Amino acid sequence: MRRPFFWLIALITILLAVVPYVTDDVQLRESLLLACVYIILASNLNLMIGYAGYVNFGNIVFFGLGGYICIYLVDTLHVHIVIAVLVAGIAVSALALLFGLGILRLRGAFFALATIGVNEAIKQLVANFEPWGGATGIYLSLDAYGQLGGPMQALWTTYLLIVLLTAASLFLSFFIKNSKFGLGLIAIGQNEDAAAVLGVPTAHYKAIAYSISAFLPAMAGGLYFFKSGIIEPGGAFNLSLSIEAIVMVMLGGQGTVIGPAVGAFVYEEIRGLLLTSETFSHFQLVIAGALLLLIVLFVPGGLIGYVHRRWPKTRRWLE
Amino acid sequence: MTALLEVTNLSKRFGGLQAVQDLSLTVNAGEIVGLIGPNGAGKSTVFNLINGVYPPDTGQVIFTGHDITGKQPHIVARHGLARAHQIVQPLTRLTVLENCTVGACFGRENLPLAQAHDVAREAASTVGLGDRLGALAGTLTTGGKKKLELARALAARPLLLLLDEVLAGLNPTETEGMIEIVRKIQQSGVAILMIEHIMRAIMSLSDRIVVLNVGRWLAEGSPQQVASDPEVITAYLGDTALINNLEERA
Repeated sequence: MRRPFFWLIALITILLAVVPYVTDDVQLRESLLLACVYIILASNLNLMIGYAGYVNFGNIVFFGLGGYICIYLVDTLHVHIVIAVLVAGIAVSALALLFGLGILRLRGAFFALATIGVNEAIKQLVANFEPWGGATGIYLSLDAYGQLGGPMQALWTTYLLIVLLTAASLFLSFFIKNSKFGLGLIAIGQNEDAAAVLGVPTAHYKAIAYSISAFLPAMAGGLYFFKSGIIEPGGAFNLSLSIEAIVMVMLGGQGTVIGPAVGAFVYEEIRGLLLTSETFSHFQLVIAGALLLLIVLFVPGGLIGYVHRRWPKTRRWLE
Repeated sequence: MTALLEVTNLSKRFGGLQAVQDLSLTVNAGEIVGLIGPNGAGKSTVFNLINGVYPPDTGQVIFTGHDITGKQPHIVARHGLARAHQIVQPLTRLTVLENCTVGACFGRENLPLAQAHDVAREAASTVGLGDRLGALAGTLTTGGKKKLELARALAARPLLLLLDEVLAGLNPTETEGMIEIVRKIQQSGVAILMIEHIMRAIMSLSDRIVVLNVGRWLAEGSPQQVASDPEVITAYLGDTALINNLEERA
């Protein structure tokens, strides 16, 4: 708590919550909401990529599955959204723990491939699962927003809840990085065999990290699709968003706490510009790919890594 | 006196290669035991079998009375058995202090982070890295990385240290320094099982030496006994009688 970085995260959270509310700018709110979702995805993905050194290509499966569980609970069983979101988070986390114990026996490219497999398998499963609407998905009726005082009010409430999850993601990254668990994970990321010889219980730590990295994205998925009012397999388990999340982590600086968030924010801004530009509107993924290539080749530490190298003193407070 | 480490009838085969066969050895508390043998004798494999990197095909490893045969490396580490690798394995993007903290956190005492920092600092200064705590491990020299390997193992507060050629690749001054460090570690009560190729060093450090040849126990005894054992000389230099014979004929 005495660390300046702690207060920096708190400040960012308050700004995110207050600015659209005070200016009553709906467009700004929508753009910030997307940025927040990206920050949640990137921050939690960073626990695997940046800390444990495992590239989870199929990370979007947590988001999609969380969305489905939550929407199903709200639509069919009329559960309150907050409870539905919590249930989704816990269920997806538990499932990730099971999967993690299995696929984390693989390393490197094999692990990455397995995670894509998990995403695609679950996508196909859901597309053929009739209670969840099969390939057409689930539409929420407007009545579903009655519990939050109507659709207009519901949009503001979900936004604030997503800001809350964003803050939780940043604090989670921060506390893990400064914990014994985090040190063990980072040791695994650097050299897994050496870490094991030093006494780090690698198999358990990796599975727990994988499970933790599923919790908040699953909840974010719940809120995001609740806000959209519709969920279908293609949108929920969208592999290209998975890859974009990796670009965000690399762009901002893998392994740092704030880096993935910065990367996510910058990426969302660039993406917004590209989508609205006439010439580039279809090139968004091309640009993302090129960006990833350039980062990996020239600035492997990302934006924050570059800042750390250029001004070493920033390491102390910009974690 | 019961032995700290008791290895009995250990064997390991890799495909067609019998890397270790029917090897038994013991290390007592506070003792330095040297493990020597020609290249390919299976010395590093013995370490890998003891600390659980590979499970042995047959045999048993008893450490402080616990059967640790085939247990995973992190469990072996928790029992108080630490290892410094022949090929250094620094966690390059972590600092010297953080590297040692990993050792202290997950070692025998399983310390919380704050206490682990203190133990790590102590271990780093024992090996002479006390003034490089904030340096990234990747930026150290070869000698520095070797010391870090040792400090990290030491930070685990082990009962037994496995040292795999910690002197290899060091210059003469660094070697002298490292020998002193190893002595200091022994005096603090830690037992050591070490592989070394620098004979002068291992002869002066070891209380007892075990000689390995093509995976088998060849000889054992005090440094003097081993150095004058004709079988050991044959293993290292070839058959001296045969050489003399050939020379006479030529």
